[in-house]
Amino acid sequence: MKHKPMVQFLLLCLILIFTIVAMPGSAISKTLVFGRGGDSVGLDPAYETDGNSFMVCDNIFEALVAYADESTALEPGLAKSWDISADGKTYTFHLQKGVKFHDGTPFNANAVVFSIGRMMKERNVKFSGKGWDIPAQERPPEYWVSMEMDDTIGSIEAVDDETVVFKLKRVEAPFLANMGMDFADIISPTAFLKNPKEFLRNPVGTGPFKFAQWIKDDRIVLEKNADYWDKSGGPYLDKLIFRSIPENSVRFLELKTGNIHICQFPNPADIELAKKDSNLILPTQPGMNVGYLSFNHTKEPWKSNVNLRKAIAHGINRKAIVDNIYQGMGQVAKNPIPPTMWGYNKSIPGYEYNVELAKEYMAKAGFPEGEGLGEITLWSMPVPRPYNPEGQKIGVAMAADLKKLGITARIVSYDWGTYLKRQREQPDDMDLFQLGWTGDNGDPDNFLAVLFDGLASSSVRTQYKSEAYHGFMLKGKQTVDQAKRTKIYEDALQLLFDECPVIPVAHSTVIWPAQKSVQNFKLHPTGSVRMKNVSLK
Amino acid sequence: MLSYAIRRILILIPTLLGVSIIVFLMLHLTPGDPAELLLGERATDEALHQIREHLGLNEPLYVQYGMFLKRLMKGDLGETIWTRQKVWVEVKQRFPATIELAVTALFIACLFGVTLGIISATRQYSIFDYVSMLGALTGVSMPIFWLGLVFMLIFSVNLGWLPLSARLSVDVDLQVITNIYTLDALLTRNWVALKDALWHLIMPAVTLSTIPMAIIARMTRSAMLEVLRQDYIKTAKAKGLSQFKVVFKHGLRNALIPVVTTIGLQFGVTLGGAILTESIFAWPGVGKWMYDAVTQRDYMVIQGGTLFIAALFILINLCVDILYAIINPRISVR
Repeated sequence: MKHKPMVQFLLLCLILIFTIVAMPGSAISKTLVFGRGGDSVGLDPAYETDGNSFMVCDNIFEALVAYADESTALEPGLAKSWDISADGKTYTFHLQKGVKFHDGTPFNANAVVFSIGRMMKERNVKFSGKGWDIPAQERPPEYWVSMEMDDTIGSIEAVDDETVVFKLKRVEAPFLANMGMDFADIISPTAFLKNPKEFLRNPVGTGPFKFAQWIKDDRIVLEKNADYWDKSGGPYLDKLIFRSIPENSVRFLELKTGNIHICQFPNPADIELAKKDSNLILPTQPGMNVGYLSFNHTKEPWKSNVNLRKAIAHGINRKAIVDNIYQGMGQVAKNPIPPTMWGYNKSIPGYEYNVELAKEYMAKAGFPEGEGLGEITLWSMPVPRPYNPEGQKIGVAMAADLKKLGITARIVSYDWGTYLKRQREQPDDMDLFQLGWTGDNGDPDNFLAVLFDGLASSSVRTQYKSEAYHGFMLKGKQTVDQAKRTKIYEDALQLLFDECPVIPVAHSTVIWPAQKSVQNFKLHPTGSVRMKNVSLK
Repeated sequence: MLSYAIRRILILIPTLLGVSIIVFLMLHLTPGDPAELLLGERATDEALHQIREHLGLNEPLYVQYGMFLKRLMKGDLGETIWTRQKVWVEVKQRFPATIELAVTALFIACLFGVTLGIISATRQYSIFDYVSMLGALTGVSMPIFWLGLVFMLIFSVNLGWLPLSARLSVDVDLQVITNIYTLDALLTRNWVALKDALWHLIMPAVTLSTIPMAIIARMTRSAMLEVLRQDYIKTAKAKGLSQFKVVFKHGLRNALIPVVTTIGLQFGVTLGGAILTESIFAWPGVGKWMYDAVTQRDYMVIQGGTLFIAALFILINLCVDILYAIINPRISVR
């Protein structure tokens, strides 16, 4: 035994490892662990833009209005009711009584004025009695700016402790739906003013869970708010933990081995495994999104040749794309808004996949068998998005379909930031491009105006410009009655179908497998994660 | 030796300045825009303009670099674009996790790499030599990503011995002092947390150690073979010294110079490999953070993080140079 010390040392190491391995772990009770792909960026709802931040905010904060459990129908939130003036420009919110923030300070009208007022460029706000000085913005509140809220809200006033009045600069029918979005969450002014720069890491709201701990890139821990004001349901969980597990397959393995309760965005292939596992359930929700293929409306022939656009719409086999690339986790889109949304036009049949018909349209368009069109570019997305799992593969499938019509399409892609930037510039080397949208608030305006009304703003990605369509969008915004708005949007969708400025490809379906012990977990169309009424069996 | 160390540390300044210029130019000359990525599909011209203005991205490049240097002079690496946090604070939160993983991996790599190398060298052309060198070749060629998943399937899913990912179980409490969990558990005498932290550390550390282990084993073997052929080894044997003394006292010490150089370089490789290992094992360290920063074009994180890692790398090389003198007194540092 010439190497005795070395052998002894190695043996010691092995014994240590096995001793550690053999020690049992302890059980977790009433703690739900949610596995997700990434960490939150920050937890100040006014300044965040990503889903991973919002899903935590959803449980800490609340807004004046709330969305129903599985739809975007509006329900009372921190406002128990509201009145809208006859001219549609004044909204009076009557607030819930006896609500407290997690820091013990009272929720009242002044807190609403502070929370929303801090996002305004010109702070046209009035507190009831003694209010607060709202500090200067650290950076622009991105959602507020993107939703053009400064052009909508004129002033906010706390009339008394329980009443807030919003005066709008223009009639804006989606205003109420906007007030249910995360950026409009109400925060504790006292907590914010303690250290405005650190509020995003020490959030204080009125929601069913309180912020407890954040280990960056690892976990965020929330604890039950035992004093939650709404006694009609939960919270039933003692602790809620959001764990970041970047790899989809590892996240799914964590679910299979029982270490997490819910697995966000598994690989499509793992869904099949989950279906076969009797310990797992598969909460499912049609996503409030659309992946589309658009034409470059700033250049010919796309801008004015509707027959050419229709030829491409009929020539692409979208069902095959949904079956093979979405792997069944989606449905072929007939309208560019999802079927779960009000205003959806059920009478529209969608563009049927029909190569012969497509060829006829090609001939009508003046490009029989693709002659005279030359090579076109097909911009394909470089990153997976909720509405488009694999842009490049979809691009290849589309190019193969176009080949059958005699069109040669070259796939073009950039890194995501460059893709977005160059697409916005509508360059001459872009013919067709893939993009999509995930809805924010369930209002059709949030899809139809934002995506296709090029006359309203140069920021509209498709830059489709139609006076008739613009008219519909303006009317939709300025009509408060929902029945009338439904008709307006149905007509607008018919116009889109006839004019074919974009080809709606698919609406993806969201499936997040969960342990069987998870009760009452519902996926929300907006992608928000609400754990108030979730319990563990 | 002290004046040598001070001189080497002073050289850090121009080196880091060079690194900062290269990184800054590379970042700004490659396409991509953090404002676009921050706002995604919903970006409006107004929102983009405001964000760029706020981040100073509308300024000319030399002004942006000047601002970066000015902050650096005050010891401020800036604020991250995405998380609105001081870069230094983010480094402090994540670096201990990477160090814990990298040092453990390097320890495993050294322990097994040097041992295998020595045994292979002393038993050249034996079965053990062939098997261990074949193992080393396999270790170098094995993609960390694949190996990590295989380990997970075997040791976590099938055998249930080790946890799949993370640094600590969600039900284990630990008072954080240094953010190196094993050390914190020892300092607070929290044996449950120590067991849990070690339990979580084994698989990622072993995964990360495979490539350096293989390289160290091969280097040790060849260095030892070279030394064992020397006359003084024959003399030592002729004097009747035990095999152990001949190998360790006369052989290994003289073979250590190239091995230590390799180990020093492997520390850099380990930090690089940490990017993948941290992603697979959900290990919240610097590697994954930097990788995300590159995809999100978080200029401040990339600039600050690169400078920090470059400084660390230079300091490690300095330590290696000083170690030479300790191992071999014939080498003096001047």
